[in-house]
Amino acid sequence: MTLGLINANPVVHAKKKRVARPLDDPHADDAVDPLEIYDYVRDIRDPEHPYSLEQLSVLSEESITVDEKLGRILITFTPTIQHCSMATVIGLCLREKLKDCFPAHFKVDIKVAPGSHADEEAVNKQLNDKERVAAALENPNLRQLVTECLYSSEL
Amino acid sequence: MAKPTEYVKHIESYVDSSSSPSQQAASVDALAILLKNDLLTLEALVRELDLYLTTTDSIIRSRGTLLLGELLTQLELKPLSDAAIHSLIGFLTERLEDWRALRGALVGCLALLRRKTDVGVVTENDAEAVMKSYMQYLQVQSMGQHDRKLCFELLECLLERYPNAVQPLGNELFYSICEGIDEEKDPQCLILAFHIVEVAAKLFPDPSGPFTSYAADIFEILGRYFPIHFTHPKSEDIGVSRDELSRALLLMQLIFCVFQLAFAATPLFEPFAIPLLLDKLSSSLPSAKVESFKYLGYCAPMYGSDRMAKHGGALWSSVKDVLYTSPQSALSVESESDGGMIFEESDIMVEALILLEGLIQQNSDLLLDMILGDEDINNFICSFPKPWDIHDTPLQLRQQLHSVGRLLAVSAKSSMASCNRVFEKFFPQMMEALGCSVGNHSDESFATEDRALSSRFNYVKGLQLLATFPRSFAPVSLLLFENILLKLVSAITSNFDKKFSWGLELKALVEIGLYIEGYQESEKAATFARIVVDKFVSWISSDEPAMPLSLKMQAICETGMTGISNMLRIVQGMEKAISAKFTQAYVDGNFESVELVIKVLECYSARVLPWFEMNGGSEEVAWNLAAIIWDKIDNSSSVNLTVQNYELLGAAMTAMKQAVRRCSQESQEKIVNRAFRVLSASTLFPLKDSPFATSLSNSEDSYLNHHVDRVSCRDEWIISLYASVVIALRPQTHVQNLKMVLQLFIMALTKGHIPSAQALGSLVNKLPSKTNERHLSQEYGVEEAIDVILTSSIWNFCQSNTLRKCSLFGGGNEIHNTKCLAGLNHTSVHISAIVGLAWIGKGLIMRGHEGIKDITMTFLGVLLENTNNGDFPESCDPIEGKEQEVIPLMKSAADAFHILLSDSEDCLNRNYHSVIRPLYKQRFYNSVMPLLLSSTRQSNSIITRSMLFRSFAHVISETPLSAMISEANKLIPLLLDSLSTLTEDVMHKDVIYNVILVLSAILMDKNGQVAVLENAQAIINQLIGLAAYPHMMVIRETAIQCLVAMSELPYARIYPSRTKVLQAISKALDDPKRAVRQEAVRCRQAWASIASRSLHF
Repeated sequence: MTLGLINANPVVHAKKKRVARPLDDPHADDAVDPLEIYDYVRDIRDPEHPYSLEQLSVLSEESITVDEKLGRILITFTPTIQHCSMATVIGLCLREKLKDCFPAHFKVDIKVAPGSHADEEAVNKQLNDKERVAAALENPNLRQLVTECLYSSEL
Repeated sequence: MAKPTEYVKHIESYVDSSSSPSQQAASVDALAILLKNDLLTLEALVRELDLYLTTTDSIIRSRGTLLLGELLTQLELKPLSDAAIHSLIGFLTERLEDWRALRGALVGCLALLRRKTDVGVVTENDAEAVMKSYMQYLQVQSMGQHDRKLCFELLECLLERYPNAVQPLGNELFYSICEGIDEEKDPQCLILAFHIVEVAAKLFPDPSGPFTSYAADIFEILGRYFPIHFTHPKSEDIGVSRDELSRALLLMQLIFCVFQLAFAATPLFEPFAIPLLLDKLSSSLPSAKVESFKYLGYCAPMYGSDRMAKHGGALWSSVKDVLYTSPQSALSVESESDGGMIFEESDIMVEALILLEGLIQQNSDLLLDMILGDEDINNFICSFPKPWDIHDTPLQLRQQLHSVGRLLAVSAKSSMASCNRVFEKFFPQMMEALGCSVGNHSDESFATEDRALSSRFNYVKGLQLLATFPRSFAPVSLLLFENILLKLVSAITSNFDKKFSWGLELKALVEIGLYIEGYQESEKAATFARIVVDKFVSWISSDEPAMPLSLKMQAICETGMTGISNMLRIVQGMEKAISAKFTQAYVDGNFESVELVIKVLECYSARVLPWFEMNGGSEEVAWNLAAIIWDKIDNSSSVNLTVQNYELLGAAMTAMKQAVRRCSQESQEKIVNRAFRVLSASTLFPLKDSPFATSLSNSEDSYLNHHVDRVSCRDEWIISLYASVVIALRPQTHVQNLKMVLQLFIMALTKGHIPSAQALGSLVNKLPSKTNERHLSQEYGVEEAIDVILTSSIWNFCQSNTLRKCSLFGGGNEIHNTKCLAGLNHTSVHISAIVGLAWIGKGLIMRGHEGIKDITMTFLGVLLENTNNGDFPESCDPIEGKEQEVIPLMKSAADAFHILLSDSEDCLNRNYHSVIRPLYKQRFYNSVMPLLLSSTRQSNSIITRSMLFRSFAHVISETPLSAMISEANKLIPLLLDSLSTLTEDVMHKDVIYNVILVLSAILMDKNGQVAVLENAQAIINQLIGLAAYPHMMVIRETAIQCLVAMSELPYARIYPSRTKVLQAISKALDDPKRAVRQEAVRCRQAWASIASRSLHF
């Protein structure tokens, strides 16, 4: 599809240790928190490299905010390079994954971190336009790429 | 004999270069078969081949020679005459000259030279001729890879099999070897080349022989390959299969081995090899260093100590360089807690240490002189700050310290003499560095508070080292030993608030104690006992020192566990403490005494008694403990009832059980008799004056009339402890006055006294069953005991009682009943009675006694009668008061099945010598299941049904899965029924959880698969319901996990449910509990993917 890799030599970070959560109060409800969301999305594979989004530092726990009362999730991710054309694919993967993992009443906003992408506005607009997201996922090539990223066992 | 036409066509087909390789192979095989079966002689063939072997067309000639060579290879096992071999080898030797037809000649020579002696071999003269021809004509390095390999094989074969033939050739031989292996690069050829060097070197061990003059040349060729690196292809690279990779690795390992062998093949290499290796050590490449150390370590013993001695200085300086000057070690992860002194050494250091060890073993004097005389090391140790603190030490210094430690350890380890030398030299300095000087043991600042933790650590460690030094090596005077112990004890006394160092000090003491015990040093043992053990023991009952009781007990127990004599001292102390404080604790409820006695008793049950059991101590300790407790109880008259008192009672009961179960039968009898005397003197026994023969109903009646309200606290103590004794008895132990004891327990259990019920269960479990087995004086066997128990009036509330009715009561039953239970809350007495009966039933069920049937029927009766007698046929029409009473009663009857089948920690298990019949749970399951099922079918009241299902749930969750799985087909519908019935009342949530665990076990079991498949739809529907069960998180979680398991079933079975499951799971995604949500995500994924990746539905 592409002639060369867009970012041929990304910086790979170590995976953080997964710490088991301390046992919660058995009678209280567990609110959805950023860590829970992060646990779902950290292992999504990068569309270009056999590394996870966590390893490439595209995502971190701090870049996720959630408001359970209003039912809103906001994920801000940082593409590895400014001109990354994969940013939209990454966003698409995130949206697809969250759709699988959270009930439909959550409104998910996905953005690139301010200043991290050349076409910041365009990417943000594209990622949060449900018509365009739906259209993108009907494209068999894109759909396949997203599926590979989400369910890849390479990591 | 084959006709010429037959084999000629094979020959032609082989020689014809246009035929395919497989055809050629086939024709060789065909010819070989003819030759093997003697259908064709070798002479005839050679004559036929004549033209092909001598033609001027080089292609045909080479094919012809190759054919001969191949055929000879195939005929390796066929006997041939010496003449034939001679002429063939002569011909082939000649052909070595012909480079165009070389391969055939090589193959042929090799085949002939490799022949076994019993089928005719090449003579030595012929072999020499081959060797000469080889040296004369073959230019190995100008050939292709395969030919080179054949050449090397030929040479290897000659060297190995015809040493006498090649030896005279001397210098020329080595010249040709050098020429041949020079610049070789192919791995397979290299293996052969290295091997040739090794064999050749072994062939000429004489230092004045021809090898000596060529050693330098050969080593030069060899040395170029050092160190061997293998950059194996990565598995991601296309075209390299796992097989090929592993073959390559194997080849590589072979090269390593062969190369190493060649390297160390002869001491003659020493002048060249050692300098090379030393040179490589200064390389910056870590792997080269590692390899060099490895080779040095390998070569040293081969080259011998004399030759190595020359290099001693250089070797030591390179080892020192790696270990001391620039040590490469990393702090290991867990080392922080130990003061940061655990390092993980790099590979280089490990190899260097191995080398050093080898060298010291080879020539210890030389090396030790160098190590001990090394100024750097000396200065390093002497210049150490005293006392030093590890946390102030920079990392590099710590690394050095670690390396020097390892270095000295390795040096000391090699022999007794070297150990002595190392210690003479460095021990005083090191002890000084730890803060304790060997010469004068000034007790300077040890006790001062402001010393840093780590220096304390050092100091304690140092003291421990000194104290555990074997007397034969460095005699530490008894006085000094005493001093050390005193210091440690005083440290423990004053330092209890610093948890870490306190633990260290205690550990040091324990180590010293263990060491003394291990080395049988009697003088020291006495000192240890006097200073440490006695001191600690004196703490038990005094307020000094002011440390928490739990720490005191820890110190006491741990020092006691160092040896039997110490433990006995401690036990004495503990016994004294119990004697002194028990009365106080138990009569007055004095807070401190209670706490102390509880701790001491816990210590007994958790540490002391198990320790004696493990270390083969006598039962005396257990017996004494029981005796002391009974004495104390006997001598006190009243008890105050406090909360702590209950705790104390619990501790006393546990200790009593633990003690009694370890006693022998005789001691147990003594204890139980003693206990009975106390019991019979208590106010529990109004019947003590009346003869036992009087009517049972009278005694019971009078008891119930007098004591219905409450039992005094002292009586509760007595009966609880007595029950504990009974629970722990061995089956052979005889219990006196059994009838009275039974009566007593029965009346206690109606008050809800569980230990009594357990004791009754234990009694019926262990009583002898047949008269002839019985102890002579035993009044009762199990049958009589059951009679007594079951005829008691307390069970009579159950109107459809199926227990054998007691003739004593006759028709007056009802009246009597109402009378004796008057004033009591009916229900609570009934419930206590049911619980008690359940424990009795448990005793019976475990020994496989028939009596269990009656008891089971009683429970069923309670379950069925209360609703089926028409009072309220449907729960929608409840009669308020009645239901209030009946439901708890039915629930306790249902829960009785849980008591019957579940394993108990407190009684009726192997520890308490229970009689356990194999597979008793399975038997009970098989007998009770039909009853439960038919009752369920007949009952039409919702409450009854749910209670019956509750019983059912208890039974299946306690029965081993293997017993039920064969009937999974019948079981699963019932399971599902019970789930749907039980979910209607919150009260059943724990039971539901147990049932769903059984269900998940069936899902996971292979043998249950068929049944699961048949009921797939129903199971899924039930699980979907449970995935939203509001009252218990684990039920939802397990239900969803079961759904995941269901998604593995064959597609056609489960597809119809897919949409339903996905809808239910999307609700579970919104579950308030995180664990459930996570399972829901997994489940959704699993179910969505059975049709496609998409989650749309």
